[in-house]
Amino acid sequence: MSTYAQKKGFGATLWDYLTTVDHKKIAILYLIAGGFFFVVGGLEAVFIRIQLAVPNNDFVSAGLFNEIITMHGTTMIFLAAMPLVFAFMNAVMPLQIGARDVAFPFVNALGFWLFFFGGVFLNLSWFFDGAPDAGWTSYASLAMASKGHGVDFYVLGLQISGIGTLIGGINFLVTIINMRAPGMTYMRMPLFTWSTFVTSALILFAFPPLTVGLVLMMFDRMFGSNFFEASMGGNTVIWEHLFWIFGHPEVYILVLPAFGIFSEIFAMFSRKRLFGYSSMVFATVLIGFLGFMVWAHHMFTTGLGPVANAIFAVATMAIGVPTGIKIFNWLLTMWGGSVKFTTPMHYAVAFIPSFVAGGVTGVMLAAAAADYQYHDTYFVVAHFHYVIVGGVVFAILAGTHLYWPKMFGTMLNETLGKITFWLFFIGFHMTFFIQHFLGLWGMPRRVFTYLPGQGFETSNLISSLGAVFMSLGVIVLLYNVIMTSVKNERVGNDPWGDGRTLEWSLPSPPPFYNFKQLPLVRGLDAYWLEKMEGKKGMTPAEPLGDIHMPNASFLPFVIAFGLFVAAFGALFNMDDKAWSVPVIIIGLLITFGAMFLRSVKDDHGFHIHKEELMEDDNDKGVKA
Amino acid sequence: MHAEEKLTYETWPAEPEKSTLEAKNKFLGFWFFLGGETVLFASLFATYLALKDKVPDSTHHLAKDLFELPLTFVATMLLLTSSLTSVYAMYHMKNFNAKKMNLWLVITLLLGAAFLVLEIYEFNHYVHEFHHTFTSSAFGSAFYTLVGFHGGHVAFGLLWITTLIVRNAKRGLDLYNAPKFYVASLYWHFIDVVWVFIFTVVYLMGMVG
Amino acid sequence: MKRLAKWRLISVFAILSLILSGCGEPFLSTLRPAGEVADIQYDLMKLSTLIMVGVILVVMVIFFIVLIKFRRKDEKIPKQVEGSHKLEIIWTTIPILLLLLLAVPTVSATFKLADVSPMDKKDSDALVINVRSNLYWWEFEYPGQKIVTSQDLVVPTDEKVYFNLISSDVKHSFWIPAVGGKLDTNTENVNKFWLEFDSAKAEEAGDLFYGKCAELCGPSHALMDFKVKTMDRDDFDNWVANMKDVKEPAKADTALAQEGQEIFNKSCISCHAVTPTNATPPEARLAPNLSNFGERSRIAGVLDHNEEELKNWIRTPEKYKPGNLMTGKYPELSEDQLDALTEYLMGLKVQE
Repeated sequence: MSTYAQKKGFGATLWDYLTTVDHKKIAILYLIAGGFFFVVGGLEAVFIRIQLAVPNNDFVSAGLFNEIITMHGTTMIFLAAMPLVFAFMNAVMPLQIGARDVAFPFVNALGFWLFFFGGVFLNLSWFFDGAPDAGWTSYASLAMASKGHGVDFYVLGLQISGIGTLIGGINFLVTIINMRAPGMTYMRMPLFTWSTFVTSALILFAFPPLTVGLVLMMFDRMFGSNFFEASMGGNTVIWEHLFWIFGHPEVYILVLPAFGIFSEIFAMFSRKRLFGYSSMVFATVLIGFLGFMVWAHHMFTTGLGPVANAIFAVATMAIGVPTGIKIFNWLLTMWGGSVKFTTPMHYAVAFIPSFVAGGVTGVMLAAAAADYQYHDTYFVVAHFHYVIVGGVVFAILAGTHLYWPKMFGTMLNETLGKITFWLFFIGFHMTFFIQHFLGLWGMPRRVFTYLPGQGFETSNLISSLGAVFMSLGVIVLLYNVIMTSVKNERVGNDPWGDGRTLEWSLPSPPPFYNFKQLPLVRGLDAYWLEKMEGKKGMTPAEPLGDIHMPNASFLPFVIAFGLFVAAFGALFNMDDKAWSVPVIIIGLLITFGAMFLRSVKDDHGFHIHKEELMEDDNDKGVKA
Repeated sequence: MHAEEKLTYETWPAEPEKSTLEAKNKFLGFWFFLGGETVLFASLFATYLALKDKVPDSTHHLAKDLFELPLTFVATMLLLTSSLTSVYAMYHMKNFNAKKMNLWLVITLLLGAAFLVLEIYEFNHYVHEFHHTFTSSAFGSAFYTLVGFHGGHVAFGLLWITTLIVRNAKRGLDLYNAPKFYVASLYWHFIDVVWVFIFTVVYLMGMVG
Repeated sequence: MKRLAKWRLISVFAILSLILSGCGEPFLSTLRPAGEVADIQYDLMKLSTLIMVGVILVVMVIFFIVLIKFRRKDEKIPKQVEGSHKLEIIWTTIPILLLLLLAVPTVSATFKLADVSPMDKKDSDALVINVRSNLYWWEFEYPGQKIVTSQDLVVPTDEKVYFNLISSDVKHSFWIPAVGGKLDTNTENVNKFWLEFDSAKAEEAGDLFYGKCAELCGPSHALMDFKVKTMDRDDFDNWVANMKDVKEPAKADTALAQEGQEIFNKSCISCHAVTPTNATPPEARLAPNLSNFGERSRIAGVLDHNEEELKNWIRTPEKYKPGNLMTGKYPELSEDQLDALTEYLMGLKVQE
């Protein structure tokens, strides 16, 4: 199979990706789509910084500015960071546990296409009368007052992509529970797999409240219900609760996989097993659990009263403990190790001070009474960018360099990688460190401009200059990707030479069935153990036999596309357009028709026979 | 065991819903899905409790004026019984008796449909007798959303089980469709449990004020 | 030697000015606390910063040792260490203790700042102010004194002032950074808190603090500023008495101003009141009360208080506060009419 994959034309490749249910190809789809939205969100960030570079600037208008900040936040969280994290989960997690695919390959593809069409739908708002402008938190009173269709795009787009994320989470949970290779016990799972597991559980429980909130807002805006209409008995604080019950775990949904990626990197490039593995697992689970207990710290100034504020303050501080455990474990993993400063390791090392800075300001924010001062100021902006850029984006960039050879079979250039790192690292601190002070000096967040004479000028200019460096870093990365793809120097199983976990025992990229024979796992860092005993690969746990594989399918694309069409109908139904109802019906017919087809048409998949697998072996023998 | 294998009463496994990897995955995945659904309904319940009896002025009816025990009691009984009949259906599924399974599933469907008819009657009654509508107050919005979401789940369950019966009417049971029947019945039980909570939180607690 | 001393002196000044500028403006910065609430919050900030700097130091020491000492020099495989229970217990317990150190004052401060019991007591002489936020302007009602003003909050120093906060339209947040943390103005319920304005610090700030809206509320969120005028209790009582004296719209004294008043009565008065004691229910007050407009510190909260800016504002409010609710509510005015209206408005003063 792999031999004629390379000869395919563009059309065939496109069709292949539109219909694929292979987790490795879906990972590439997530990487491309997420990367695209990352660039879009990044451009929006640059516009924000241009507008705020000098006081009383009129680069963009006030209304447009609010659209830009809303879309920057929404895009970066839902359409860039999450899919990019999903890309690595898809690419690596099944390989790490020794599985041939995820539990529900069809659902996996469906999840991607739902996210993709939800994201496209949301961004199309720019081309109809305006993007959402009520902030990524879309607080109900402002969102209800927002004119135009921006908020409707937000509500519908996020519902569609949210379903995609939810089923993705369920898929990973089942995969990790049911599909581990022989010997891969829970306490032998690599930490990235563990963080995928906990993250998926968080997704499962965090996304439904968001969905409910979005549905209520949709009902209010489109069908005249009164959930958030104070004069009719409604209450906008309900939205705040629902949003943050989702929104806080969301932070951990993003940052736990980042912790996972860094855990892999620290161990690999220190050539040492992760220090305190079991306490790392415990800390991951504990952070996930506590993540659900602290949502109201985003609402300290809402007026919940001192009792609620005090409880949530203390609960929030408690999260500092497991996070601290992790930091020290990472440091001690490097301690006594043999540390090699590859590009991924640069990010990992830089992550520690950056994330610690974000973490300590997190504890400061947890002190409720003091938070009355920090809340909704640039201090908060600085804090969460330290956590999300210093944690999540660093991890995504590190993961991109680390797993690139595994996903595409060729390395990214290390020199260019380090240039990207330094540009991004310097730009990041330059942009965000000063913002702590801007907040403390009294600058509220989400302001489209500021008046001179309040002491904000120099600092904002510095902050804007930092954004230039970050942009340059991203441009170098894009250049790196293009250059190395053109050169396309193929690499072997373990291009970094320090691989510890199962994915590095496979060819880069792995064959579409991953493992010819499922490997026998004898401990943590399974591949490392074999390497240390002088073996070249894993010991198989089963004789060579037929492999059962799922069929490719176009239906996931169609199901998601139907919802995309229906969402357009629903949106314009508010304007009493005559064509809107037929569009809703057509869209839903497409979706439910495709679901019906999926349900009544048996899909048993196919088998790769033993003989073909042996031929594959010979092919390679010839090539090598 | 492969999903497509033709099986007999003798070779039919004790747990047909979990005897292939695909079936195990489906079984576990569905439980997780129900976990997510639980949070979804929990959010709706919380919203309802926050907005219960929140109306713009005193001309609007409150929960204690609206609900009548006999009607909802009958509805509850219908749904509880349908849960029981779906258990019978699964019992016959495990005994490789497709005919009896289908019979019990049809009874389940009829009970579910009857429940739905009662619910539609009930909503209609509130709208016309009390002018308690989806848009009349925050209380109305929250009530119809919570109970309506559940009703929507019932309707979807009816469609789902009907499709399953029709699709598999001719070919009988195998390890490919057994897990499908099983998760559908799990879904049906879940709907039933949610209703028990609605009955308690919305109706019983509503009537005492 | 002498050169060195000189350098030292210069660097001391440099550091000093850096620190001072590092604390922001006295009328705006949370780092220049000007009242009990801000003091409590500043203390918490300092405490948490201190603890956290300690944590950062420990991490950074280990961090740099690792970076310097354990670089890869050869291909030797290091010893594979599983972990250390002793170390793990240490770095679990110490953070817990540190957090307790922070948690106790946090909880006590949280309760202290929420204590508004005096305002609910019968016959209490606590000063209560009802703050009502509207799309891009603030209204301040003194229920005990039965007067209403807007945009410039007037408060006495050195005593606790209690606030009831609510919003007319969308959610805003009431924040006077130098004096104390913010509290949201919700659409469905009244939030309560107190602040205290320190007279010495107020003097440093020119008796005028900057207030801000801290919750995104639409296009002009950034421009929804207000000002706080502080004065001692006697001056405050005096101001209240003067405000209460204005029982009906003051008669303009010059001919031009009288002409302006006529224009005002035709085009503006349906939204803007000019008596501090107006009896309109709070929800129906559509625009800022202008009784003491001539004594305000800013026009529309952000523009300099002079005739030119006032005319600019009346000509095209949309240009200065996008999305405001004043645009288009009144007929276009000729330049002559503007002159008259400006004359009238600038003459609206309650204090002699």
